[in-house]
Amino acid sequence: MDPRRKTPHVPGPSLWPVGFAIGVAVALLGLVVRWQIIALGIVISLVFGILWIRDAAGRRGITETVEVESEYGPGHPGPTIPPPSTREKYPRSVFLELSTLGVGGVIGGLVTLPALGFMIGPAFLKQGVKDHDLGPVENFPQDSFVVATYMSDPAQGEVSRRTAFVRYNGLLGSQPSFTIISNHCVHLGCPVQPNGPVYDKQSKTFGDVTLIPAKPSGFGCPCHGGQYDSEGNRVAGPPVRALDRYSFSIRNGHLFVGAPYSVAKVEGVGSAAKIHKSAYSYPGEQADGVESWLYPIQPPN
Amino acid sequence: MSNQRSKYEHLMYPVDWLEERSGLVGGIKYFLFRKVPGDVNWFQTLGAATLTAFLVQATTGVMLAMYYKPDAKSAYPSIEHITNDLFAGWLVRGMHRWGASVFIILMFMHMGRVFLFGAYKYPRELTWIVGVILVALGLAEGFTGYLLPWDQTAYWATTVGININGTAPFLGPFIAQFLQGGEFINADTLSRFYAIHMLLLPAMIAGLIGLHLYLVIRLGVTSPPWSKEAAGGSNDSEPGADEETHG
Ligand code: HEM
Ligand code: FES
Repeated sequence: MDPRRKTPHVPGPSLWPVGFAIGVAVALLGLVVRWQIIALGIVISLVFGILWIRDAAGRRGITETVEVESEYGPGHPGPTIPPPSTREKYPRSVFLELSTLGVGGVIGGLVTLPALGFMIGPAFLKQGVKDHDLGPVENFPQDSFVVATYMSDPAQGEVSRRTAFVRYNGLLGSQPSFTIISNHCVHLGCPVQPNGPVYDKQSKTFGDVTLIPAKPSGFGCPCHGGQYDSEGNRVAGPPVRALDRYSFSIRNGHLFVGAPYSVAKVEGVGSAAKIHKSAYSYPGEQADGVESWLYPIQPPN
Repeated sequence: MSNQRSKYEHLMYPVDWLEERSGLVGGIKYFLFRKVPGDVNWFQTLGAATLTAFLVQATTGVMLAMYYKPDAKSAYPSIEHITNDLFAGWLVRGMHRWGASVFIILMFMHMGRVFLFGAYKYPRELTWIVGVILVALGLAEGFTGYLLPWDQTAYWATTVGININGTAPFLGPFIAQFLQGGEFINADTLSRFYAIHMLLLPAMIAGLIGLHLYLVIRLGVTSPPWSKEAAGGSNDSEPGADEETHG
């Protein structure tokens, strides 16, 4: 660009707003990750915000003459600038313009930010499921499956009903071992079904829990034909990992299902199985290998 | 014309009153009687057809909202009530349900005609871009509406749809969780989809249709690609342009 050209030019786009936006984005990310990241985001957006305002003000001739001269490079005399006394450095109209925009922005932000937070926040905060009582351990015969359904949050009603395939594997050392497989297909989330007889007539119901004995040789999904073996490993179809499992605990002789986790694959069977665990993820997301890098952070659960 | 005008002049008083205060009548006339190329094609009515489909959806949707109950316990019973008990409920629900597909199909046909006519080229790129956003919002409208009957098809189709969003790299899980309004589909998911379906998206679509039409009127519509008329000239400045216009 010829520095001596006479026509006033439109200022080129500034990069400060981009930095400011990144700061806001980091702060929002912090909301779901941890508060230090919120602070970092606020600092980034403040720094870039100030630079942005300084820059915008400079372009409007608010700042000192020196800034204007610097555009012409050191040593260059530049155009004749009227002596500072006659030049209005900070015209009132510019001040009013900026303060109207500023006040408008603050008012807009005060209204918009809480509303946006209310829209987005509840989906990510206070997540997590409570342990749920599936009744006495004796309900689960060794080495055979029971289809257990229960409401993970009875206050929400039927919409919170979950289904898990529970198998008692006998004792591992002195501790009882359970395999609790989620019925949530890891292709796209349809309900997988036991491949084999389900003994509805022998079902037991108490509270919001129903237990139905079954003899599956594996599990199959009605939606796109995903097939899994009895450890939940994928054997055919579009799913990308093994079926999710639930953690469990035993209190006063009762089996409690806890939080779900994802499984890349299972080696071996029953209590001797080696489970390749990973963070609980959405269906369709690989739990190991290069593709799993596509999903580096999972939302809180 | 002038005879009629004097005979029925009193009929025009309200219109004149409105025109004098708002200029709206002139505006509407400008919109309806604006000049278009002499050889426009039937395919160029597809945009207006899409607009009509949208208006049908908006109207029938408001009516359905008077009887539909967006919570997990009563959504499906309220749909049954609309379909089986209420006068003309089956009709209005049917219009909204089939109309949804008609709207999407018309949108794509209109898009196809714009593409095949090359009507997206300078200076109409922005019209095209607004159109692309309209397609996205229209599909989102279909997706959020599909959950509302809260039957097995609705529930599992939505599960699958949300999880497809979840497989997008990096942000996918967050998008899925935002759509669900939590870790799982829960009691709030239905009302969330309802609010997006009936308030958020229609408002955005209506606003963008306004912008789209503003651009169409401002830039004028294109002639078909096989047109013999000279390209580039504005009809207003061409002598004899008036004879060629329809309206
Ligand atoms: C809600 C959906 C839409 C409505 C209501 C709508 C409405 C209209 C109308 C009434 C016209 C006047 C000309 C004609 O009818 O062909 C038009 C033109 C146009 N539309 Fe759309 N449209 C929609 C979606 C789209 C989409 C999805 C695209 C493409 C991505 C698009 C791109 C265009 C373009 C480029 C023009 C200018 C064509 C020309 O000047 O010949 N529109 N639209
Ligand atoms: S959802 Fe199970 S195979 Fe697609």
